[in-house]
Amino acid sequence: MKLPVLGKNGRQESAKSAGCGCSSEKRYEMRPGLTRRSFLRRGTAATGAVAAIAASLSPLRELGDTDDFSVQKFLQKHYKEMDGKDMASALERISKEVEKRYEVRPEIRDIKPMDGVEFVYALNLTRCIGCRKCVHACVDENNQSRDPEIQYIRVLEMPRGTIDIEQGNHHYDHATVPSDDHYYMPIQCHQCANPPCVKVCPVEATWQEPDGITVIDYDWCIGCRYCEAACPYWARRFNFAKPSIPKEKLNTDMGYLSNRPRHKGVMEKCHFCLHRTREGKMPACLEVCPTGARKFGNILDPNSEVRKVLETKRVFVLKQEVGTLPRFFYYFDERDPINERVPTRAGMEAHS
Amino acid sequence: MTLVRDYFHFLYRCFRLSFVGNWRYHLWMFALTVISLIGLNAYAKQFVQGLVTTGMTDQVSWGLYIANFTYLVGVAAAAVMLVIPVYIYKNKDLHNLVIFGELLAVVAIVMCLMFIMVDLGRPDRFHHMLLRFNFPISILTWDVIALNGYLLLNLHICGYLIWCAYNGRKPTKKFYIPFVFIAIAWAISIHTVTAFLYSGLGARPFWNSAVIAPRFLASAFAAGPALIILTLQVIKSFTGYPVADKAISTLKGIITVALGINMFLLVSEVFTEFYTGSSHSVSAKYLFFGLHGYHGLVPWIWTAIVFNTVALVFLLTPASKQRRILNLSCVLLIIGIWIEKGMGLIVPAFIPSPIGEIVEYRPTLNEVLVCIGIWAFGFLVYTILVRVTIPVLYGELRIDKVHTAEIKSDQELKSSVVNANVSQ
Repeated sequence: MKLPVLGKNGRQESAKSAGCGCSSEKRYEMRPGLTRRSFLRRGTAATGAVAAIAASLSPLRELGDTDDFSVQKFLQKHYKEMDGKDMASALERISKEVEKRYEVRPEIRDIKPMDGVEFVYALNLTRCIGCRKCVHACVDENNQSRDPEIQYIRVLEMPRGTIDIEQGNHHYDHATVPSDDHYYMPIQCHQCANPPCVKVCPVEATWQEPDGITVIDYDWCIGCRYCEAACPYWARRFNFAKPSIPKEKLNTDMGYLSNRPRHKGVMEKCHFCLHRTREGKMPACLEVCPTGARKFGNILDPNSEVRKVLETKRVFVLKQEVGTLPRFFYYFDERDPINERVPTRAGMEAHS
Repeated sequence: MTLVRDYFHFLYRCFRLSFVGNWRYHLWMFALTVISLIGLNAYAKQFVQGLVTTGMTDQVSWGLYIANFTYLVGVAAAAVMLVIPVYIYKNKDLHNLVIFGELLAVVAIVMCLMFIMVDLGRPDRFHHMLLRFNFPISILTWDVIALNGYLLLNLHICGYLIWCAYNGRKPTKKFYIPFVFIAIAWAISIHTVTAFLYSGLGARPFWNSAVIAPRFLASAFAAGPALIILTLQVIKSFTGYPVADKAISTLKGIITVALGINMFLLVSEVFTEFYTGSSHSVSAKYLFFGLHGYHGLVPWIWTAIVFNTVALVFLLTPASKQRRILNLSCVLLIIGIWIEKGMGLIVPAFIPSPIGEIVEYRPTLNEVLVCIGIWAFGFLVYTILVRVTIPVLYGELRIDKVHTAEIKSDQELKSSVVNANVSQ
């Protein structure tokens, strides 16, 4: 069917007022008599609308200098779908980003789990003095954001006589630790064998590795924070802002699934320092612990220290009733050094 | 081909029609556009700086966005409270109104999706949903299917009926009646699945309760039809579209029963939380009475309870026969249930944190502006939908087989619109 010429013109003109709800025009029919005046009015209204939208989007100009968005990033595959070549190019991209931002070349690699290994952590509550050295060693090792501050380990100061974590003090701030009548309970990711965080993730951005470590693909996470709501141990952290790390503080020894710098808007969590532990080293929190309260190792190895702890000590897990099957165990020594005043416990400076 | 061209022409005419109205209409649309743009501006800031612009923290990791999302899922689901009387009980009074409920559902779902998008840390990675969809393990993926499916169902039903009216022919039953019945079941499912999103988390004892899903439905079936009652009156007064008093009183009956059930479920929940005195009730204690000197939510929840109770009393007594009292009850319970689902259900589950830390939640101005922006945008879209639907239903906006006759019909339309505006 043939359209009238006037109608065609009118259509073109009126298209200019697209998206404008602020026009004051009352005329509906404009085709037969498109006057100069109404044309100008429409033009002004359309320009106004475009300007208003542009103005409201103006904060986006600040996006310019970030490396959050690129075609390569957009097209990058899920960790489990990457082949050797994909991974190599992703690692190269990350290295370049780090170099650009921190002026240092990182040693970043994708470290796979070892066969016949299942990692387990055991923490001796009798020995822990609440110095929070583990908290800060973890931040240094794993390139957590310093501002805003992200920490994977939270130490609770517990009144003696209860293991109800509701009673714990999160913000104790004494000149020295330990304080009398308290014991200390560090909490971090429990690397559950039945992890609720993995279950709820809508995009499979987090999963359990064969060695028991639950990891996150920081390039896949969409930041819905459902996992954060699902975790009974408050082990997950979200990057509410662009993470910031002082250049001199950056740890250049990096793993793809562990401590490489994260982006704004994604989740992160403790990964048992997998870039260390999968290469035979101990986690940073364990190495720094001044009292030897922390034990880590392969539960499948009958001679490992954690195996001995689990076999001989009266261990327990937090919130057993939620069915998460944690790989993080707590225990008390049968001897009680708090009452016996073991010398190493005195005079430790409190970090807060 | 002709069909496609006709269809696009129809959309084009609707688009143009959405700019036509009296000064009040223009003022209303102008205000909504401005507020939407303010919201867009606030979101642009959030997009650049991250969710640090909100009041959310690692302790309270969901806030106003998810609260509004939950509320609007209820509004969307509540459309069935018009559909069921009409299609199952053959209610005559509601027959010509059911489409406004369905359009409301469409808009509510669009708003839900917007609230989800603004809550995401990485909205630019939304396509990851399509590439690795953790179905059926993650309940969130169920919700994605439920919401989008419901949106499509309602778009089809409304779109088909309006298209038929535009073409001046009777709708073919087999093209929409089956979908209406699917949509009824689907409506129940969207709110059930959304409730399961929360109640499935063992980490949050406050949510980990079987009563969440029934309570969601009950409160939705009160708040949704209340919103529809108010909307219908606005439509009637501004367009003269017939809304029977009987239709309003049918909806009133539905609201009364649903609100009564909701209050009953609330009492059941409060009793269970407090009588046993277990430590699982700390969040409820925080919500209703405050905890260790923190009581940010206490005024909210008691306001909600008072509003809902007053509304229920009004609805149960003859007072609500007066339209003004009925409207007041609707407003009270819309606000009451909004608080109950937001400040009363989403936020307290995060306080204290799973390891006992109390961090309160206070939404920031930027966050509030984003929310208001989405609400304004929702009103804007709904206004447009109603604006173009009514002339179609009246037969004023109708397809012309001969396009040359179009100019004339447009002029007729214009005069009829002016008449409609004058007559209000």
